[in-house]
Amino acid sequence: MANIIGAVTTSHIPAIANAMANKQEDTPYWKPFFDGYPPVRKWLNEKQPDVIVLFYNDHGLEFFIDKKPTFAIGVADEYHNSDEGWGIATIPPVTGESELSWHIANSLVEDGFDMTICQEMKVDHGLTVPLSLMWPGNNYGHVKVIPVCINCEQHPMPQPWRCFELGKAIGKAIESYDEDITVAIFGTGGLSHQLDGERAGIINREFDIECMDKLVSDPESLTKYSNLDLVKIGGAQTVELNMWIAMRGALRGKVTELHRNYHAPISNTGSGVLLLEHEMPSK
Amino acid sequence: MAVKDSTQPVPGTYLFDGKMAKKGYGLNKMCYSFNEQTARDEFNKDPDAYCAKFGLTEKQIKAIHDRDIIGLLQEGGSIYYVAKFAGLLKLNMQDIGAIQTGLSLDEFKALLVKNGSGEA
Repeated sequence: MANIIGAVTTSHIPAIANAMANKQEDTPYWKPFFDGYPPVRKWLNEKQPDVIVLFYNDHGLEFFIDKKPTFAIGVADEYHNSDEGWGIATIPPVTGESELSWHIANSLVEDGFDMTICQEMKVDHGLTVPLSLMWPGNNYGHVKVIPVCINCEQHPMPQPWRCFELGKAIGKAIESYDEDITVAIFGTGGLSHQLDGERAGIINREFDIECMDKLVSDPESLTKYSNLDLVKIGGAQTVELNMWIAMRGALRGKVTELHRNYHAPISNTGSGVLLLEHEMPSK
Repeated sequence: MAVKDSTQPVPGTYLFDGKMAKKGYGLNKMCYSFNEQTARDEFNKDPDAYCAKFGLTEKQIKAIHDRDIIGLLQEGGSIYYVAKFAGLLKLNMQDIGAIQTGLSLDEFKALLVKNGSGEA
């Protein structure tokens, strides 16, 4: 039986990849941010999860608003990044895991989550920055990644409660997979920030830390917020919290916090990292 | 300097919804094309011709000319695609933040530090 051994949350800002490429990790600006990652890297290297299910949002690389999936899942053997408009450096392809992906997709649609199922999808910084962060030097090729993409761009967006339910349904699907593999769940993006409008620059440190607390001990309480609540409290792009909430939904057993870090600002955002250990629910 | 816009529930925020997505479709489609270097080159060679190719409105073309980020949002631009236009201009998120808030770059960065520290 597939075993969900834990979860990681992290920011996925493009500037992080630039900082790594330019070797700025130890500069005064970046150090308090990067200092949050060694314990997570150590845990991943020790536990060696076979598969990562990674919740992210596409920022207009694969999906345009001609057809914008609310929820999408990749089922490919490999994924590629691409120039996102800034002429960024090419990074190695991301390895996929087709069989478990299809198992999850089948189970989700069966359970009423009508996913867009993708055999080809370019993955943007939302997915690649977390991988580069966890495996410096872009040495992430050995780990198989299943991308789950949530619309965080165009309203109407799935609400926090719905993202939590999606996570639960993915957790259930993984639990029913009959192979002896280990899985870690990644929730990426956030936390509070607003990029657009005269209100740009909003960060709500107190709310971010409260979200991290609740994510561990009382995730249901976060599902009471609407997306509009999140916009008001933390800024327009705080809806990326939905990826963290989806991650937490997938952890249906016992959760223990092993590590956390919070630092703000990084670029325009509050940046949180959490490492959670998970014991599978008893059958 | 948040502005009052009765159609927007959060002052100073342009929620990208169906109405905006329809209004900004051509503009966003053009900015989406900037994912490709060839498109960026074509735009740089003749911005007006490139805007025409995507059927931008006069207001949208003016906002592109003026690098008016707020204007682009008001005309239906989604920040994710507008960011690609900004990238073409070599502007990062702090540059865009400064432009939108009417602050200098240093003032905007100081605002982020203040907000990030929880002082606000």
